[in-house]
Amino acid sequence: MSLPITPFLRHTVQLAWALLLLALSVGTQAAMTIEIVGGAARPIPVAIVPFALQAAGVVPDPAQVVAADLNRSGFFKVDNRPELAALPTRPEDVGFATWRAKGVDALVSGQVLYEAQGRLEVRFRLYDVVRQQQLAALSLIVPPSGLRAAAHRIADIIHEKLLGEPGNYSGRIAYILKQNGWYELQVADADSQNAFTVARSPEPIISPAWSPDGSQLAYVSFERKKPIVYVQNLADGVRRVLANFRGSNSAPAWSPDGRQVALTLSKDAVSQIYLLDAQGSTPRRIAQSAGLDTEPTFSPDGQWLYFTSDRGGSPQIYRIAVNDGTAQRITFEGGYNVSPAISPDGRLMAYIHRRDGRFQVAVMDLQTRQTQVLTDTAYDESPSFAPNGRAILYATLVQGRGVLATVSVDGRIRQRLSQSGDLREPNWAP
Amino acid sequence: MNLRLSLALLTSLLLAACSDMPGKDAPIEDRGTVAKTGSAPVTDTQAGADASTQGLSAKAMTTTQGQAGGPGMEARGDAQAVVETRALPGAAPGQAAPVERPSAAVGAEAHKDRSGTLADRVIYFEFDSTVIAPRFQALLEAHANHLKAHRENRVILQGHADERGSREYNLALGQRRSESVRQALSLLGLPDEQMEAVSMGEEKPVAEGHDEAAWQLNRRVEILYQGE
Repeated sequence: MSLPITPFLRHTVQLAWALLLLALSVGTQAAMTIEIVGGAARPIPVAIVPFALQAAGVVPDPAQVVAADLNRSGFFKVDNRPELAALPTRPEDVGFATWRAKGVDALVSGQVLYEAQGRLEVRFRLYDVVRQQQLAALSLIVPPSGLRAAAHRIADIIHEKLLGEPGNYSGRIAYILKQNGWYELQVADADSQNAFTVARSPEPIISPAWSPDGSQLAYVSFERKKPIVYVQNLADGVRRVLANFRGSNSAPAWSPDGRQVALTLSKDAVSQIYLLDAQGSTPRRIAQSAGLDTEPTFSPDGQWLYFTSDRGGSPQIYRIAVNDGTAQRITFEGGYNVSPAISPDGRLMAYIHRRDGRFQVAVMDLQTRQTQVLTDTAYDESPSFAPNGRAILYATLVQGRGVLATVSVDGRIRQRLSQSGDLREPNWAP
Repeated sequence: MNLRLSLALLTSLLLAACSDMPGKDAPIEDRGTVAKTGSAPVTDTQAGADASTQGLSAKAMTTTQGQAGGPGMEARGDAQAVVETRALPGAAPGQAAPVERPSAAVGAEAHKDRSGTLADRVIYFEFDSTVIAPRFQALLEAHANHLKAHRENRVILQGHADERGSREYNLALGQRRSESVRQALSLLGLPDEQMEAVSMGEEKPVAEGHDEAAWQLNRRVEILYQGE
């Protein structure tokens, strides 16, 4: 921004923001509800016995968190009724016949013990009831606040042992909650619990983007009457301006090595894509087009930038080689394809496709270029992949309210997370 | 005099409240209430405390103070008390607001006159279009002439889009609209240093509906003067 008022403005806003940050340590504990649509044709029946708690009142019981995780995935059907605790679970007398008679294929038992220095030890075992053998046994030492994280980790291990692929339960998500006229940038566990506001403003915040190591969020804030890109450390809440050039600054995306950020600037021409050192430097324009270019995102190998451009007359997804600037058009079907996200293995692209006036999450196999629409909603936005690449997180409108949802990459399993207020702009941490 | 004093007092109370705020556990019962009650008194403070150089930052400062949350609410309670006790005998609370502005602003401040020729600030656009309709020519000429006559004035041209589709793509569409207005003003002789074209995308609709009636009001460029 080159208006002469800038120095004063910057100073004032920095002061203001410092004041604001003081107010941000207030956690948000709004309860989310989760609704699941679809699921595996034959979910695996699993019994999870309530964990033996050395101390009464350990909250939450990891068994409940694990059960909720596995149920939510659609791949498992979990029985975790309290009366299961009466049945034999110790390794020496696990009583497989009893469990077999209950119709379960797998059994999980565990306990929470006191450890040194106020920490807790969470032990669990996973048995294959059919083959009558132990599949996993693990002990996790955590602070009391880490009980939930330990439970998600256990769910990941169970998922991997029973299905042969990694689970999605341990991750974190960032998103914007609009509520009572405020915009809150929140970070939560992947099951939407533990939501915490890291920045809030009466002016819009959009486009949160995780650094590859999950320690920072870049985002766009409109608090100064124009879009400016900030980077905020999650550990201490300190943030800095990454891009405040004349015109608009938006759509940040980190390179896989975390050293660079691609973003959209309008300083030289209408909305073009630039690369910037993550510590701040002179932006390098990496594409020249007569149209609008925006929404850059790196391929996992860092070689390509996928982005949205209307250079061909309608918004479509293109990719450009970061080194030599060669651009290729990727989407051809339909007149509106935007918001690309690339799966961690680089094989799939999720994006928003307009069909019959409805904006829906679609996925393209980047090798075969085959596409599939995954949702049946009408206002989907902001797709991003789970770290294991098996699900896509996105925002949509249900009865006029913004909600977050996930869909498996084959479209079979959908979940909806909802909370009071409008949720939008979700992004799954890497 | 009394008024000025209490405004200064109000400012310092607010700032003190903010800086004393403990880092953790600031109770915020109802953030919505803070947001709503926050703007009015604090805006007054800003206007009074810093008349001319405040510029575009007034809003940012205001809103951020509002964000101070729980303690801000307390401070506002105190501040309100100060504001209320400042009333002179015979002055009803509603009349206590300062009248610092002449009823018809003139010269360099002519754009502050909300009934004058510079009161029209919004250019509307057709769907997926950046073409400025002829009916907005007079509006643009009026602002160009005013700005050329008073070089100290600066404007931000804020482009907006309707809500359909990607937020970032809509941000780019809004930018294209504001660039279109910037070029039109440039053709009318306004130098680039006096204007900046930016976009708010779909984030600041003036009409909240989800139909064409609302969308056509939201596809627009607003001319914002520095200091507003």
